[in-house]
Amino acid sequence: MTTTIPNRISTLFEQRNKRLLNVYFTAGFPHLDDTRMVLRGLQDAGVDLVEIGMPYSDPVADGETIQQSNGVALENGMSIKTLFAQLAGCREEITVPILLMGYVNPVLQYGVENFCRMCRQVGVDGVILPDLPLDLFLAEYAPIFREYGILNVHLITPQTTDARIRFIDQESDGFIYMVSSASITGSVKGISDGMRAYFERIEAMNLRNPRLIGFGISDQETFNTASQHANGAIVGSAFIRHLQDHGTSAESIRSFVQTIRP
Amino acid sequence: MQDILDTQTSFAVSDTGFYGRFGGAFIPEMLYPNVEELRQNYLSIIADPSFQAEFWQLLEDYVGRPTPLFLAKRLSAKKGATIYLKREDLCHTGAHKVNNTIGQILVAQRLGKKRIVAETGAGQHGVATATVCALMGLECIVYMGAIDMERQKPNVDRMRMLGATVIPAKSGSQTLKDATNEAMRHWINNPVDTHYIIGSVVGPHPYPDMVARFQSVISQEVRQQLLAKTGRENPDYMVACVGGGSNAAGAFFHFLHEPSVRLVAAEAAGMGVSSGHSAATTALGKPGVLHGSRTILMQTDDGQVTEPYSISAGLDYPGIGPLHAHLFDSGRGDFYAITDEEALAAGFELSKLEGIIPALETAHALAALDKMSLKANDVVVVCLSGRGDKDLSTYSKHL
Repeated sequence: MTTTIPNRISTLFEQRNKRLLNVYFTAGFPHLDDTRMVLRGLQDAGVDLVEIGMPYSDPVADGETIQQSNGVALENGMSIKTLFAQLAGCREEITVPILLMGYVNPVLQYGVENFCRMCRQVGVDGVILPDLPLDLFLAEYAPIFREYGILNVHLITPQTTDARIRFIDQESDGFIYMVSSASITGSVKGISDGMRAYFERIEAMNLRNPRLIGFGISDQETFNTASQHANGAIVGSAFIRHLQDHGTSAESIRSFVQTIRP
Repeated sequence: MQDILDTQTSFAVSDTGFYGRFGGAFIPEMLYPNVEELRQNYLSIIADPSFQAEFWQLLEDYVGRPTPLFLAKRLSAKKGATIYLKREDLCHTGAHKVNNTIGQILVAQRLGKKRIVAETGAGQHGVATATVCALMGLECIVYMGAIDMERQKPNVDRMRMLGATVIPAKSGSQTLKDATNEAMRHWINNPVDTHYIIGSVVGPHPYPDMVARFQSVISQEVRQQLLAKTGRENPDYMVACVGGGSNAAGAFFHFLHEPSVRLVAAEAAGMGVSSGHSAATTALGKPGVLHGSRTILMQTDDGQVTEPYSISAGLDYPGIGPLHAHLFDSGRGDFYAITDEEALAAGFELSKLEGIIPALETAHALAALDKMSLKANDVVVVCLSGRGDKDLSTYSKHL
């Protein structure tokens, strides 16, 4: 699936492909109107991509930390509609690529075409929908995403077979999201030998897409290890915990990013 | 069971797991290998003679099948039609749930799995799972909403007595849907050695089809028993309650392609369909994705799953299986919403008329009889899915 519309994610990887840092946060967390402040804070702190979580009542691929942030955001009144309203005009100040991460049901209710159109309109570059598997995406939604130039990023895990990885690589644009271990988010501590062996196996496959490693990346050491084997890494739960404990100020966000990639 | 492997008709699941526009496998990549392993193997495992022999032997000697088809004479006289009760309440563990757990544990063994994880709402599926794990010597982990654990303490004790580890689901609303989320997360974290025994005809393909096949023993027996008793294989109505819909799927299975048989599904209206405290999914829900399949589910306009309510914990689920969504969507099934009050009344009525105390879930199916326009020569089969012992504390408040 190759799109002809230029995309900030693809452009980023063309310019730089080492030690990229992607940080996830939940829209509307800890407060409804924090979304833009956190987004700006992450850009100012020098992160390379930002992944904004669209909160969902039943996030099965997420661990306790992100689940709780989803629950708080929903109680705050966050929705896809509200998120697009918050992001409207953000491209006047935000240049970093933006991905929206969430679950498929709220997107289906919003309407897939409306969703892609609004992503394009407010300047969202890509989407991660873990429970929309590649075969169903290709069968029903890929042409809509392509029409609006929105990349759909797919996941691979240590259990994904080589044949399926090749298939996912063939059908992906932007980057491949490597889930570091068989796990939900926020449940892994450190990087094991088994994980390292998986990173090396994927490295040796010479995929056409760049790779970012997520799940279990929480500090400088895990970020460095992941970056040795891929183009960078994704931090999620650790940042949510930081926002919870230290707030959303520019200084707070900068100090967090410093702990991951000084 | 060979005849049910022939599924080249419209109410059978497609190769990709769809019933009409419902079904499929909407799962994160982390679950793909597990679900794919199951999808590729379940039909050949079920068709294997060694599986068939062991499955049928256990259903006979351990579960106590075939269960009787009982002509309820006093109930028939009162309702003005001929009503038979399919006595799933006489199964070991007290409900139809065990038909499925027997089948799935045999599948799990053949896939080389060492551990079983399951979700449970009222605890009936949890008990049926803990039971077969004890029987086969497999480790058993059951997730149950923290609130449900308080409401259904005897079943928690039964599971523990059977050797299972019961883990409270503390996320979200702490009920069945959250227990299901937690069981899925457990499976994501343990992908190689664990099999997830889903308790209903929900979840990603192939679960809805696999569970329906194991429960289809209900309608298979009904046909044979009805033929022996009345000289006809097909009733005019087959009635069952629907939460996720496993007893209904089993009761309907062999009649799906018999247009003369009306399929009647009773959903839980709770305090009333419009009360804000209801689990009447087809009345209140919209198409969407829940727990791995496209189905009809109760949700907000923003697509957040809403929390259902029913007096019966087994019907307290915000979705229905994709087969049932298709039966509703296509008009093949008649769906009735039964309130708590109507279900309680039907439970007391059956107890006094026939000496059978039904589960509160089952009482919803019985209450549907009053909503149907029955004629004197109609033959009706009600799937008596479970017994009411577990519900005595609720019933006793209304004595």
